Amino acid sequence: MANYTLQINESTYEVNVEKGTSLLWVIREHLGLTGTKYGCGIAQCGACTIHVDNEPMRACVLQVEDFSSGQKIKTIEGLSENGDHPLQKAWIEAQAPQCGYCQSGQIMQAAALLEENPNPSRAEIKAKMNGILCRCGTYLRVIKAIEIAASTQSNTKD
Amino acid sequence: MRESKSSFSRRDFLKSSGGVALFVGVSGILPQLISCASPEKIKAILEKHSVTAWVKLDENGTITIFNPASEMGQGSMTSLPLLFAEEMDADWEKVTTEFSPQETEIYGSPGWSPDTKLMFTVGSRTTNSYYMTMRQAGAQARHVLLYSVSKKWNVPISELSTSKSTVIHNKSGKQINYGELVPFLEMPESIPDFSAVQLKKTSNFHLVGKKIERKDIPEKVNGTAKFSIDIRLPEMVYGVIERGNLHGSNPSLLNESEVMASPGVLKIIPIGYGIGIVAKTLEDALVAKKLLSIEWNESIASSHNSQEIYTTYEKMASGNQSGKVLEEKGNVKQAQNLATKTYRADYKNEYIYHAQMEPLNAVIKVSKDISEAEVWVGSQQGFDTKLGVPAILGIDPSKVTIYLQYVGGGFGRRSMNDFVEECAILAKEMAPAPVKLIWTREDDLTYGAYRPLSLQRIEASTDQKGNLSSFSHLVVGDGGNLVASGTNNSHYDIPNQFVEWREASNGIRLKHWRSVGHGPNKFAIECMLDEIAFDQGKDPIQFRKTLMANSPRALATLEKVEKLSNWSTPPESGRAKGVAFVEHGSLGSGVCEISLDRESGKISVHNFWIALDAGVIVHPDNVKAQMEGGIMMGISSALKEQITIMDGKVQQSNFHDYQILRMEDIPDQIETELIASEEHPEGVGETATPMVACAIANAFLALTGKKLRHLPFTSERVLEALNS
Repeated sequence: MANYTLQINESTYEVNVEKGTSLLWVIREHLGLTGTKYGCGIAQCGACTIHVDNEPMRACVLQVEDFSSGQKIKTIEGLSENGDHPLQKAWIEAQAPQCGYCQSGQIMQAAALLEENPNPSRAEIKAKMNGILCRCGTYLRVIKAIEIAASTQSNTKD
Repeated sequence: MRESKSSFSRRDFLKSSGGVALFVGVSGILPQLISCASPEKIKAILEKHSVTAWVKLDENGTITIFNPASEMGQGSMTSLPLLFAEEMDADWEKVTTEFSPQETEIYGSPGWSPDTKLMFTVGSRTTNSYYMTMRQAGAQARHVLLYSVSKKWNVPISELSTSKSTVIHNKSGKQINYGELVPFLEMPESIPDFSAVQLKKTSNFHLVGKKIERKDIPEKVNGTAKFSIDIRLPEMVYGVIERGNLHGSNPSLLNESEVMASPGVLKIIPIGYGIGIVAKTLEDALVAKKLLSIEWNESIASSHNSQEIYTTYEKMASGNQSGKVLEEKGNVKQAQNLATKTYRADYKNEYIYHAQMEPLNAVIKVSKDISEAEVWVGSQQGFDTKLGVPAILGIDPSKVTIYLQYVGGGFGRRSMNDFVEECAILAKEMAPAPVKLIWTREDDLTYGAYRPLSLQRIEASTDQKGNLSSFSHLVVGDGGNLVASGTNNSHYDIPNQFVEWREASNGIRLKHWRSVGHGPNKFAIECMLDEIAFDQGKDPIQFRKTLMANSPRALATLEKVEKLSNWSTPPESGRAKGVAFVEHGSLGSGVCEISLDRESGKISVHNFWIALDAGVIVHPDNVKAQMEGGIMMGISSALKEQITIMDGKVQQSNFHDYQILRMEDIPDQIETELIASEEHPEGVGETATPMVACAIANAFLALTGKKLRHLPFTSERVLEALNS
């Protein structure tokens, strides 16, 4: 067991876990940030997508010791103060979720996409979102929500 | 919920109330009753009066309405309370929704047999079975409010009306809102049952059928929605179970001491078909699980090879054995003898897996003396709303409390209790420490309960006029209704019909998978219709229209989708359209537009149009969402999904080798038209999925003249069909 210091959502957390522990288990089970989901454990479904220094990553395949030297981790809980990130508002407008389990991963991936490319084409959205599975089949509404958020953001900036 | 001042708990209240009843929160009716009588007397009063248990009303106007169904994405958390709020005339903005307690007597809807009640979120029955229940309960709640105002103002109920959580005295214009009414609530001597004619006319609905946002969505976009996998309790420990990849096999653990020595391991608990490990942390449990050295014995499934079994099934279909006759109308043999032309084809489908995104899990805390248990679980409920836990613990069902959580995908898998029972076994051993049991994705997939592999042999005949004179459907496969549902052809006017099921048994775990037998059976039926139309040079929609002449509602969906899809306008070059009709409670016709990469054998679905008649549409946007999701799951299963079994062993393990639909392969649009209707609502969750495989195969036939008869349509199978 070893102590690790993690910077998550602008807070500092200390955990005592075995070296090699998945960052996903640390975030969910040790720290209680359960908005990030477990779906496959092999970076195939994207339910555990978080941001590390603004890059989208799959927490399930990351090891805690590699992310405890000041990297800035962001989870769905830290995306906005009151659940009012433009994407979250757009997600509600599009009535995107069904069961909801994959949606944190969808939104975190979409947030990273819009940071990089504020006005993505539909093809660009599909390419960047392709790693996040949704069994309920909400994909068309996820795209719609991203398009709504992109247009809201560009309108705000105009 | 706040506790009442007296020792008369909500639970006791619910038990004593029974039947359909109104419970207006601790600041409402209940305290008044408690202040005026002993618990025994209250019980007597409650038994005398019919009081409902569906709603809590706070003085600030907040109205909490209970949802008795599982919420697995299908929208019950909104649509059922919406029905209640409609009749109660509640201000929807002030409504919050919660899961009801899991008490069938109080919260069940009419079951499948007469005079029974059921809390079971399966078979697309939720809206259909609760439509009247929720409306009646809402109307009863409104009646209590009206009665209370009539007493307070000393006016007859007939002079009162309601609107948006407000009671209005029509003559004087005096108003009081529902929240303000709380201190004055009084129970009438009796509450009317409210028959259908006493409820609102659909034309007076102001919530049902309108644009309503789902109540569960805000918490599903900010990470706060709780699934049972998110539950964390003090002193909680973690359970995992190795179940192997040979269904029905039993393990012998070869290295118990080595596994026990692994860090954090607290206990090894054999469960018959698997070896359970409980550890301090999830990572400890998973590390120990990898260490397990297990010898698995042979099982019935050991000789099963899913790719070879079709030969056996074909022999069974051709043999003289007779199976179970599911339908017999007219005389198929005679019609075949008189036929001008006969058609015969075998359609095949592989095992497929639910792949719900939240792997199975549960959290259970058993009291130290094993006399009580609390269960946190995402479940589709069941005949036993206590999900098998009482039997495992040997205690009375009343001692088990189920806290239903959001379900991260069900699709039929969470109508089984295996994962809950397993958790109860581990939690009993660890009592009083709560145990969180998690199935890894590999566990969830390899020890899945699949939609069965099956073979459908269709024989059809036409008379000298080219009319369909007989239709015979033989199903060979394992699982009874799992393979037999969806063989009904009552919407097609075919004079002679015969349906038979011949049973095979391979020892593979099987379960309802969204739309159940409708998937494979509609695939066979709808493909055969197109193959006949193609052979006769007839348009597939015109061909079906003739057959549907006596089923106006089904016909209307077909006519509507014909327009919606611009069926008569030829698609752009390289594309083709295909049609299919499905009945699954609701009636739906679908048209897809596909293209084909003839080099790779990859099929792309570009568009899907659906016309649906589901009776009264309670929540239109949500019905459309169900159509969209159903089509996506249909495309996924038709083009990609298959579990293969070799010497009994499941060959896939996770999403890398069991691919489901990703965003790159979705259609550009799915457009749904809902047909206006006054009929009782029918289920919508399983009508879209079975359309897909047949619509794609029919479009493929139109595009290439070739037949796809084996699901899924992998590149290899498509190329094989192209070269046939």
